[in-house]
Amino acid sequence: MAHILAFERPVVELITRVRELRELASEDDRFGSELKRLEDKAARLAREVFAKLSPMQKVQLSRHPNRPYTNDYISRLFEDFVELHGDRRFAEDGALVAGVGRYHGRSVVVVGHQKGRTSKEQKLRNFGMPNPEGYRKAIRMYELAERFNLPIFTFVDTMGAYPGLGAEERGQSEAIGASIEVMSRMTVPIITTVIGEGGSGGALALGVANRVLVLEFSYYSVITPEGCAAILWKSAERAPDAAARLRITAPHLLEFGIADQIVEEPPGGAHQDHDDAAKRLDRALYAALTDLSDLSRDGLREDRYQRFRKLGAFVA
Amino acid sequence: MTPRPAAPKLPGIVSCAPRPHVGGSCRRPLLAFEITVALPERTPAQSTSTEKRSVGQGLFRKCTGCGVVNTVEDLSSRFYVCPTCGHHHPMASSDWRKLVLDDGALERWDEHILPSDPLEFEDGKRYVDRISRAQAMTGATEAVEIGRARLSGIPIAYGAYNFAFMGGSMGSVVGERITRLFERATSDRLPVVLLHASGGARMQEGILSLMQMAKTMSALGRFRSVRKPYISVLLHPTTGGVAASTAFLGDVNVVEPNATIGFAGPRVIESTINAKLPAGFQRSEFLLDHGMVDTIAPRSEMKQRLYQLLSLLSGEAT
Ligand SMILES: [Zn+2]
Repeated sequence: MAHILAFERPVVELITRVRELRELASEDDRFGSELKRLEDKAARLAREVFAKLSPMQKVQLSRHPNRPYTNDYISRLFEDFVELHGDRRFAEDGALVAGVGRYHGRSVVVVGHQKGRTSKEQKLRNFGMPNPEGYRKAIRMYELAERFNLPIFTFVDTMGAYPGLGAEERGQSEAIGASIEVMSRMTVPIITTVIGEGGSGGALALGVANRVLVLEFSYYSVITPEGCAAILWKSAERAPDAAARLRITAPHLLEFGIADQIVEEPPGGAHQDHDDAAKRLDRALYAALTDLSDLSRDGLREDRYQRFRKLGAFVA
Repeated sequence: MTPRPAAPKLPGIVSCAPRPHVGGSCRRPLLAFEITVALPERTPAQSTSTEKRSVGQGLFRKCTGCGVVNTVEDLSSRFYVCPTCGHHHPMASSDWRKLVLDDGALERWDEHILPSDPLEFEDGKRYVDRISRAQAMTGATEAVEIGRARLSGIPIAYGAYNFAFMGGSMGSVVGERITRLFERATSDRLPVVLLHASGGARMQEGILSLMQMAKTMSALGRFRSVRKPYISVLLHPTTGGVAASTAFLGDVNVVEPNATIGFAGPRVIESTINAKLPAGFQRSEFLLDHGMVDTIAPRSEMKQRLYQLLSLLSGEAT
């Protein structure tokens, strides 16, 4: 089902025509030059339109229902993936997927928030908002990786941890805090990618990494723009204003040292071409993993400590 | 469980207006409930915004627990615990120092770490102006104070959030100071006692505030290696990013009675689940019942409880 945001309509229409022409061109090479011309035009238009997007429009893209989710990347980036379930304490949490697989031949552990597209999936995935069990499953995975010396890839895509009654009863705070602490002391490479929404503590619980990549149209924030607007102006309608003031888009994240690299998305955004989005991310992940391969196990922990140690702005 | 007094309102902002000192001889037979240690002798501290001035009769305050009116002098001498119902009213950092630390003395660290405005944040009011106002009203430089102190003779690294300073919110300065608290405790091999009272991460510093959770937890993680106790004290209220970092990860978590502690705010939860929350939700007794804290300590017992824990966990024979 195609969801199209108003501001992306001209781009989507052109991309759709390119796709149609590509079909034709595969059967009849007379369309080859026309295809090239249209592809260039679509890419140019996409770049022009998307360069002018407001922070809130970027947030809308990060939440786009057709945007690739963690499982879409897992199926494209990892071989032999085996999903592992449960926190061994209380329950399985569908909002967070985890498992082991192979990345360019190497065994790795994968953890990520998972949203749903259909209403049935959304219920199963709880809209990508984990309960404490999700974070405790993540902790299990980190410890598994540590024991068997496997690199960890995490994928962040959540509005936040679930603010529910049961979540409070079962220690949402403790689960998030513990996940952060456990990540901080791991002696294996950890690479986090913010693929969509990086919503507050529920995101950070998967984000204490040696390298943090952010997709071009993702965001990472202490609070959702809607939550911020509700607190400051008692009105969620001022979310666009909050999105601008909070400085949550990829360029700001790079500027503040929150992100180490921005991963460019396909023309029109990651949702226009999941394969291409995964290919671009693959290149960045592989480079980051290679980059960390010189560090010793203690060196990896120290590298992560220093990475977060310097974050903040104060007068001294 | 014993019936509890009604929900306290969120504490008012502590004002720093100087008050005349009442002479030192205000020792009283103390609290209405069970007493195991006498509270240290003290003088009344700063007033709070809920106090009412009544001409010729000094200051009065209505208990948020039972509604009984007490003089501020009386309340202050009991460390803001209501003599009628035992309700614990919010208390200034200076009072916590007097309650918990020997001679109320703190050798402060890192007061030179001061806030800046990385986002140039403004929401009708500039962040820099909010900071100035908080500093003027509390007399504090930021929302946490840290340093070296003694607790019943035991040298400790001590930290305390100041809820009166922008809701005790954690921005870069709070994160940096807490990180230094754990780093210093690691190098000096000191146990840590950290008092939490915070609404969470500070919105006005955006994503940098969120990252303080990772920074402080990394420092705490390192501190574990020296095998000195970390006692987390949870005061009313502790929520959001502070609850979800150092607050629940003490070797022992001590909570004061009837405090509100949790990850999400009650209104957010109610609108998410579309139902009213049960009475006592996210209160100290709720946390104890659900296995999230080790012990509830009223102020009359707080220092003694902390001393016992520090002493026992250090494994020293008496
Ligand atoms: Zn009372």
